Amino acid sequence: MTESNEKEKLTDENLMILTGNHAAAHAFRQAKVGVISAYPITPQSPVVEKIAEFVSEGKLKARFVKVESEHSALAVCCAASATGSRVGTATSAHGLEFMYEMLPWASGNRLPIIINLATRSLGAPWSVWTDHQDFITIRDVGWIQFICENNQEIYDTNLQAFKIAEDPRVFLPAIVAYDGYILSHTMMPVKLENQEDIDGFLPPLKHHINLSDISNVKGIDPVTTPNIIKRAEGTAPGYYEYRYTLQKALENSINIIKEVHDEYFRKFGRSYGNGIYKTVDTNDANTIILAMGSVASQGRIAIEKLRNEGFKVGLVSLKLFRPYPAEELREFFKDKENIIVFDRDIGYGYEGVLSYELKAALYGLKNRPNIKGFIVGLGGRDVKTEHIISGVYKALDAFKEGGFTNKTDFLGLNLEELKDYDESTYFKGG
Amino acid sequence: MVNVMDLPEEEYIYPGTRACAGCGMALIYRIALKALGSKTIITVPASCLTVLHGMQGFCSTKISVYHTPFATTGASASGIRASLEDKGLDEEICVLAFAGDGGTTDIGIQALSGAAERGTNFIFACYDNEAYMNTGVQRSGSTPLGVRTTTTPEGKLGHKKNMPKILEAHGIPYVTTGIVSYPLDLFEKFKKARDIFGTKYFHILSPCPPGWGYEPKDTILIGRLAVQTGFWPLYEVINGKFILSKPSSKYLDPSKRKPIEEYLSAQKRFKTLSVQEIEIYKTYINDMWQEIKKRIENQE
Repeated sequence: MTESNEKEKLTDENLMILTGNHAAAHAFRQAKVGVISAYPITPQSPVVEKIAEFVSEGKLKARFVKVESEHSALAVCCAASATGSRVGTATSAHGLEFMYEMLPWASGNRLPIIINLATRSLGAPWSVWTDHQDFITIRDVGWIQFICENNQEIYDTNLQAFKIAEDPRVFLPAIVAYDGYILSHTMMPVKLENQEDIDGFLPPLKHHINLSDISNVKGIDPVTTPNIIKRAEGTAPGYYEYRYTLQKALENSINIIKEVHDEYFRKFGRSYGNGIYKTVDTNDANTIILAMGSVASQGRIAIEKLRNEGFKVGLVSLKLFRPYPAEELREFFKDKENIIVFDRDIGYGYEGVLSYELKAALYGLKNRPNIKGFIVGLGGRDVKTEHIISGVYKALDAFKEGGFTNKTDFLGLNLEELKDYDESTYFKGG
Repeated sequence: MVNVMDLPEEEYIYPGTRACAGCGMALIYRIALKALGSKTIITVPASCLTVLHGMQGFCSTKISVYHTPFATTGASASGIRASLEDKGLDEEICVLAFAGDGGTTDIGIQALSGAAERGTNFIFACYDNEAYMNTGVQRSGSTPLGVRTTTTPEGKLGHKKNMPKILEAHGIPYVTTGIVSYPLDLFEKFKKARDIFGTKYFHILSPCPPGWGYEPKDTILIGRLAVQTGFWPLYEVINGKFILSKPSSKYLDPSKRKPIEEYLSAQKRFKTLSVQEIEIYKTYINDMWQEIKKRIENQE
């Protein structure tokens, strides 16, 4: 640690007690982010408050552009990144949705921007509590998407995310998500690494776009055409070729994600599974729970109890959501008998996104495992261990009779407690 | 006042751009870049200027251009400026945002207002062709009263938004109006703005042959009529002080102004104006100049 007067400092070993939001802010400080632009939204706001504090105290020599909307926040980030700075922001729910237009702009321009996302449900109706709906709605915009289970992981993943995003083989933006309140506002011990070591791991950005180099005149992102343009001055790709390279960069980034994760482990001694997903008790398990973020954390407790009851259950906690690690998951699940997926999100009109994406990924297997999805914990409804256990019982029963369905199955709903519940009149805004 | 010999010979736009024949904006852009020089970074939202810049792989300017989504011109300029500050290149390089009237007065107003309120050090130039020309002449917040567009076939209700006044209310150090027909006035203003720290706002009327309905050869004439009839007063507001620009100074005297009918009848877009609407224009222009007169008197 470079600062000797850190109030939160507990021991000489750089161990601090931090909220998830502050863990993200410390990662930005140590990554020496050059330009930050953000707009407040619950439950993300403490990230940018902390960053503002770092900047005003001189602990982070960054330009912090305090904009009038999230749309502008990401627009500032895109332009600053194209001018050659390391940039990042943080947001939640409606803020992320308001940024939406700029998300494919960032990936299309191959700008290595990092967003921290304290996940939150989407209105209407208003809810400030967590689910993964905001995180999953941006799955098709071309960003790398990570989700974390604890505050140390938030810190570590941020530092890795910058390195991955800025790798010349990648040059993609990335989002680091963590459950609102459950992690964003909960304090946990987080080990911050020495600045010199971080500097060694994460060298200054060498950007492929740099508007500040005015001798190298560039027209960034004019209009492309459906076809390649050939003229006397040269040949320019069409939109299709640009987007092909974006997709290829995303596909290839899986290897770099693993590589950077391994390098981080060698350097700092902490790893998160293979950098793509984490496993618990999966070696001898015939039944696997798949979940991400806070739901996976709860799954860890559920499998302990289920194992005590004699079930051979394990857990896969997905860390990398995009690019979707289909091949890795197919390889992992090829010998498993049962998979039970818990989604804190819905692909509305279909089913939980983790559930249907896994089904699609496993379609190529000769012997496909049984698979069933559940919806849990929307809008911050507690995901209890008993919900996950009851889901496992229910799924295993269903599998005995084939049991394949795309129908959604909600756990932890309390319709019976709503007096005179009537679907036709209840949700009319009253 | 500069004379034509003071203009640098250096051109920053290559010949053969995709602008329409007689495009007012293309000339405004040319003059602005001559005044600002090569140590400039330009940001441009969706607009006719995107078309002028041509297709991917070919840049029609000798200065780097960053294209940004429609609503984000002010924010993108803030991002470029913040990055230049981060890199210590702040004093050297000028940031120019160049947007149409839709990208300024409508969809771009929030990001522009935010950038101005933060005191972002950049020039925002709105080239105002008074409708969404690039998408096929739909009305914007800057379309004048009675104008026929593809979305106001019966003529637009209400006057255009007074954007320079809105920017003035932000307390920025420099606000000015300009027009393609007085290029030396425009050149001088850009030159001046480059050396002022903070947000500088240009609102430049940009006659548009296909959108306004006149012959491409008449762009300069139409622009002059806008000034000579008093419809488009040229002025600067420097740190709150109002200065009438030279081409407009004599029109403080109403008797010097040409009748507004000369401006309106020269353009097809005004052809359905009623007699009452022409009277409204006369009052509008009179009131505008009364206000200017009072303002100048109060300053003295």
